Amino acid sequence: MKSLGSIRRDFAPWNDPNAKPYIQFDKVTKKFGDFTAVNNLSLTIFEREFFALLGASGCGKSTLLRMLAGFEEPTAGRILLDGQDLRGIPPYRRPVNMMFQSYALFPHMTVDNNIAFGLKQDGMPKPDIAARVGEMLKLVKLEQFAKRKPHQLSGGQRQRVALARSVAKRPKVLLLDEPLGALDKKLREETQFELMDLQQSLGLTFVVVTHDQEEAMTMADRIAIIDKGEVMQVATPAEVYEAPGSRFVAGFVGNVNMFEGKIAHGEAGAASIDAGNGITIRTENAGDAATGAAVAFAIRPEKIRISSTRPAGAVNAIEGEVYDIAYLGDMTVYHVRLDDGQVVRASTMNAARITEDPLSWNDRAWVSFRPDAGVVLTR
Amino acid sequence: MNATWSRFNITSIVLGFAFLYLPIVLLVVFSFNESKLVTVWGGFSTKWYVSLFHNQGLMDATWVTARVAVISATVATVLGTLAALTLTRYTRFKGRTLFSGMVFAPLVMPEVITGLSLLLLFVAVGLDRGFLTVTLAHITLTMCFVAVVVQSRLITFDRSLEEAAMDLGAPPVKTFFQITLPVIMPAIVSGWMLAFTLSLDDLVIASFTSGPGATTLPMKIYSQVRLGVTPEINAACTILIAVVAVGVIIASLANKRREFQRQRDEQAAQRG
Repeated sequence: MKSLGSIRRDFAPWNDPNAKPYIQFDKVTKKFGDFTAVNNLSLTIFEREFFALLGASGCGKSTLLRMLAGFEEPTAGRILLDGQDLRGIPPYRRPVNMMFQSYALFPHMTVDNNIAFGLKQDGMPKPDIAARVGEMLKLVKLEQFAKRKPHQLSGGQRQRVALARSVAKRPKVLLLDEPLGALDKKLREETQFELMDLQQSLGLTFVVVTHDQEEAMTMADRIAIIDKGEVMQVATPAEVYEAPGSRFVAGFVGNVNMFEGKIAHGEAGAASIDAGNGITIRTENAGDAATGAAVAFAIRPEKIRISSTRPAGAVNAIEGEVYDIAYLGDMTVYHVRLDDGQVVRASTMNAARITEDPLSWNDRAWVSFRPDAGVVLTR
Repeated sequence: MNATWSRFNITSIVLGFAFLYLPIVLLVVFSFNESKLVTVWGGFSTKWYVSLFHNQGLMDATWVTARVAVISATVATVLGTLAALTLTRYTRFKGRTLFSGMVFAPLVMPEVITGLSLLLLFVAVGLDRGFLTVTLAHITLTMCFVAVVVQSRLITFDRSLEEAAMDLGAPPVKTFFQITLPVIMPAIVSGWMLAFTLSLDDLVIASFTSGPGATTLPMKIYSQVRLGVTPEINAACTILIAVVAVGVIIASLANKRREFQRQRDEQAAQRG
């Protein structure tokens, strides 16, 4: 079976027409004065899903999370959780918990009291609280820090306490606002995998807000790309990357080369695109774009081959001049300036240590790609 | 920094400190004077301290002052904290600028005017001047100081702490008492101390608003000095200075120790 990207996903309730939605944003609008933070947005999230809201700062993604937590009420529209309309339910009665970007640990309480805070509010018996707190401390590997105050912990440890506190009540949904934003790169990568394992073992629904596309790609089952309070695309990481729905999404996630042009001739998904300056691109992914339509052809750098001579039998090959090279160790990135001035980015995995016929700056070079390597974007 | 002690530096430091502390040192020294004449040294003695405790008038005034200070500081702290909360939390209600101006106006209002206006008010409503009126006046005076201290703490208060508490199931009132109040408590305590000290040494407003039977210590001292300074007064002032100095030293030491502890903890945490 073929699939987009390199992962087979067996958990995919969004493809099942009978699956019951768990969280529903139904035509939600949120205005702050004259500013529209969220604009008539609809979104469906399924149970046990790891869902990411991805967007630049100020795009409205945090507002969505805060509306789900109950700190903001929508100006219009409904938010449903497990079929129940959340309107008017205050934050302290919602079966969701949130992990804050600043962690918001209570500075005057020890680690174990921080974790126990939510359980005490529920009136849980003391022995049960102690047992649950112990379990949580073990989960985040902080057993020996139970009696410390937050300022006696390192950044990574604080993040774990915040996480333990927010899952201690076993909420239906865990909301995470930039959960890894304050950690350094190495710690962030480790923690990403820990979060995924935690979500699997607890069987919770996670909704994470992030501006870091790599973070969203790594952790999420599906990603919603938000721009100016609207959903641009909701899809799995592989779909977002390999089959972006619009120019915005293609440009927002990862690197991309974009050729603007017109469909010269198209039938049954295959088409040739006239990209101007004598460049014609043949593609098998034109979808239902009609002949004459103005489209963009988007192709990722790693799907472009670079060579010093025109590869034999290549359907798409364009000549240019090597303009910049970046050697990154695991791969090399070439910037090739085509004869019409457009710069194409091509990257090559350095699978071997030794390169037979290396390229240098100002060399003439050919960029080539297969007809199924790129996508045609009409929006 | 250049650490050489030039003659100029030494002179300016000596002059500066002399300017600040010479009068106080003189007062302390003369409180131990054997002679009844304040300005003539007649040998060392502690007899004025003994006679101070037998001076019923001074002891009564001290008792009144202490009660006024504790009650007015406590009420002012409650009111000032509420005002500070309102001003930082509800930033968009109508007339906020006017309200905040009115809360802070007494800070710069000449005390004579505050005193006089309060006196007129008390006369107008027919309130007999005495313990109650001094206490009310001191609440008015010190409330704005508390509000300023607490407000400056609230501005840096991380609201997500309250949101986290509510998110974990605590209703607003519980959140206030379990999270907000404990976190801003140091500011509230220093507000109370400030209010207490202000009330303790206020002379002007007390003179306007006090009545028979409610003479405060500063009023008593001032009126006695007008009849001539007695070494007893020197002794009373020395005790006051000692009390204030000890309080300030303890507070700053505790603060320093806490800060040191905190830094050490944070460094330890960074090391992992």
